[in-house]
Amino acid sequence: MDTLIVILVGILVTIGTYLILSRHLLRIVLGTSIIGHAVNLLIITSGGLKTGAAPLLGEKITDFTDALPQALVLTAIVINFAVTALVLVLCYRAYQGFGTDDLEQLRGEEHE
Amino acid sequence: MNTIYLFIFLPFIFACIVPFLYKHLNRQVHTGWFVLVVPLSILIYLLRFIPAVSSGETFEYTFSWIPSFGIHITSYVDGLGLLFGLLISGVGALVILYSIFYMSKVREALHNFYIYLLMFMGAMLGLVFSDHMLAFYGFWELTSVSSFLLISYWYERKSSRQGAMKSMLITVFGGFGLLAGFIMLMMMADTYSIRELIANMEVIQGHSLFIPAMLCILLGAFTKSAQFPFSIWLPDAMEAPTPVSSYLHSATMVKAGIYLVARMTPVFGGSPVWFWLVSGVGIITLLYGSLTALRQTDLKPLLAYSTISQLGLIMSLLGIGSLAVYFGPGESGTVFTVATFAALFHLFNHSTFKGSLFMVVGIIDHETGRRDIRYLGGLMHVMPITFTIALVGGLSMAGLPPFNGFLSKEMFFAAVLDVSKAGVFGLNSIGTLFPIIAWVASILTFVYCMIFVFKTFGGKYHPERLNRKVHEAPIGMLIAPMVLGLLVLLIFFFPNVLGKYILTPALSAVLPMMTVSSYDLKISAWHGVNYELLMTIGVILLGGLLYMAKKRWLPAARKFPQNLTLNHFFNEGLSGAERWSASLTNRYMTGSLRHYLLYIFVFFVLLLMGSLLWFYGLRFDFSNNAMISVFDAGLVICMIISALTVLLAGNRIVAIVALGALGYMVSMFFVIFRAPDLALTQMVVETVTTVLFLLCFYHLPKLKKSMERLSFKWTNLFISIAVGLTVTVLGLSANGHKLFEPITSFFENSYKLAGAKNIVNAILVDFRGFDTMLEISVLTIAGLGVYVLIRQRSKRGKEHEAE
Repeated sequence: MDTLIVILVGILVTIGTYLILSRHLLRIVLGTSIIGHAVNLLIITSGGLKTGAAPLLGEKITDFTDALPQALVLTAIVINFAVTALVLVLCYRAYQGFGTDDLEQLRGEEHE
Repeated sequence: MNTIYLFIFLPFIFACIVPFLYKHLNRQVHTGWFVLVVPLSILIYLLRFIPAVSSGETFEYTFSWIPSFGIHITSYVDGLGLLFGLLISGVGALVILYSIFYMSKVREALHNFYIYLLMFMGAMLGLVFSDHMLAFYGFWELTSVSSFLLISYWYERKSSRQGAMKSMLITVFGGFGLLAGFIMLMMMADTYSIRELIANMEVIQGHSLFIPAMLCILLGAFTKSAQFPFSIWLPDAMEAPTPVSSYLHSATMVKAGIYLVARMTPVFGGSPVWFWLVSGVGIITLLYGSLTALRQTDLKPLLAYSTISQLGLIMSLLGIGSLAVYFGPGESGTVFTVATFAALFHLFNHSTFKGSLFMVVGIIDHETGRRDIRYLGGLMHVMPITFTIALVGGLSMAGLPPFNGFLSKEMFFAAVLDVSKAGVFGLNSIGTLFPIIAWVASILTFVYCMIFVFKTFGGKYHPERLNRKVHEAPIGMLIAPMVLGLLVLLIFFFPNVLGKYILTPALSAVLPMMTVSSYDLKISAWHGVNYELLMTIGVILLGGLLYMAKKRWLPAARKFPQNLTLNHFFNEGLSGAERWSASLTNRYMTGSLRHYLLYIFVFFVLLLMGSLLWFYGLRFDFSNNAMISVFDAGLVICMIISALTVLLAGNRIVAIVALGALGYMVSMFFVIFRAPDLALTQMVVETVTTVLFLLCFYHLPKLKKSMERLSFKWTNLFISIAVGLTVTVLGLSANGHKLFEPITSFFENSYKLAGAKNIVNAILVDFRGFDTMLEISVLTIAGLGVYVLIRQRSKRGKEHEAE
């Protein structure tokens, strides 16, 4: 299971990287989002999968799955959301200001 | 807090109130009058030390700055520091008095001027009274910074800015050398205190870092004291207002390098490398400076080159004096101790006569508006008092009696004659060069002194060449140079007062191992007929002849090709380095985001893959894998399909929906992985994100069929596969290594420790509360960013509508 998920993560990262390297702002935002998901899955995997019960006390179970990666991922999800929102609005503003979403055209003036 | 700190920091403290004085009182009173109080009170305070210090006492005050690291700022008052302290405060007081009449209170930004000047004064005082090497270094750099600010005081002039930049580049470059040297000394002797260093010199002298540390420290000293070939910054520093040139660039700051060499003589002296570098560079600088000074037509650069040459003289005397450390107490040692004594004596004399000469140039500039000797001449009758001062200073610099320059010049001749007979360090073969170079340079010095005095004041007066009516300077402007000129005379007649009370204690600080009776250090004008006297007579005769015949050779000397000067090489080198680094930077900083991302990804792959292979980190362990259910496999396939859909979709809506589906499937995985909190959060966030995407995409252009080149696509594909592979291998290897036990069992006590039954929540809000707080601030910043970006647009939109 763990190996499967890691391979899945690899595929997602490949797709995300490919999107990020493209010329269009929209694809870049999509790419960062996919990579965000992939990284969250990777972190969860590093704690071991399906090793115990959900980390909730009081159910007379003593064997829990690792809670630490979960806490980290929870933070990551929220930060990911903030970044996506900011980047989206930034793309929108760039498009408004320059009339294009092609990075090659958005590229700064060549320094003399 | 001891009073010595108060007096070192007094200039800094006073600098803080200068702007207020300037703002409220400058219309009535020139700000300089208030500032004058500072050097005067420091001078009086320091004068009180003289009796005790001259009887051999030293004072030490320690102030714990960071006691836990053992960093104490120690102020140490001994003869050498006191000599410099008196120069700094004494010349400082005179210069400020002079500047009151020189700097117009209507036109000039006086508050800037006096703040920089006070900053410099404080830094210089701190420098000479510091015992801690790092404090020393800090003050050292501060003098460079304040010199930079003062040179660029008239910053609207291009030449001022360039001169300031040049001096900054060269002196700070040397400053780094100094810092490196200090750190090496600390590594050798395990102390930052200069006095403990001197006490531990046996350890240092046998150490392998001895020579590197010496070279680094000499680099600092030579750049600061404008020694050849680092001297090129000093003539350009003449763009500063004349009081600054007189104070920083002749009397005090350029002598910081001399101070450093003198301070370090007990540590490094006695080594042949030190002797040859210090005396050799010094004597070459002496010759170079006097040769170049001859060719100048502008009075200030002429004085600048003469300062370079005189600094070379003092430096070579210090180098010769370092032989005393080699010989130790005894007859030969005493001979060279006198050379060090002469260095200190000439240092003091130079400050008096050169200070007054600079002030004279300032007066000429102020009254006639010209500094070029080709336009000047005959000012003797118009400005008799200024002429007298110039004559006193000029003849003293030329080494004529009855002025103090004569005494120290004779001692210099004695020292170079002694060193040619010293018979160590290979001096037998080329030692005779010392007296020859010294003599030739003295002739040249004589000639340029004559040019300075008589081309300006002698000859015919040409009022038509000057743009204004010339008259004698106001009395206030004349006081300061007159005081210095008077000192020039007084020191000639009573040299031993200065020698006994100020120079001898300074000498015992430079050469603590020598016990010299005061008889050996008697300065006297008449020694009978000896080589020194003959040399001086030769200088006067030959120099006089050369001056008379100057029309024959001077024009030819002035035609020295510009592109062979050091300055030319410096400028070419600097602009070459700028061009080269610009072209190098432009080659990879293309402005294309994709290129930067490519650098990042390639670096990522190389670093991680490289270190995995290098450290044998590849280890796969599949034994702990959980079982895969059909449901899991289905989910994985669905996720890959939806990710590919995002990649390949030609339609925006399809891409967004596919991305949303991917997010929901991730939350399903969280359910499978026993992470209910994550699943819930992911669900909510994914919903909001999808809505946000849809909102924004409404305003954004459609996805175009990408029209990229094939090579572009292949590069991207290659890089992305490499990145994906790296992440996979890294993830697998991470699972294969279990280096540490999981720490999660600690958090399982969350009910006891934090009163929470949900472990994840307890971690977030309790155990790692700060992280969560920072996370919230990131969210806030992102939110603010989104808000500002949208608001800005709507504002501009409204403006458009209004138009």
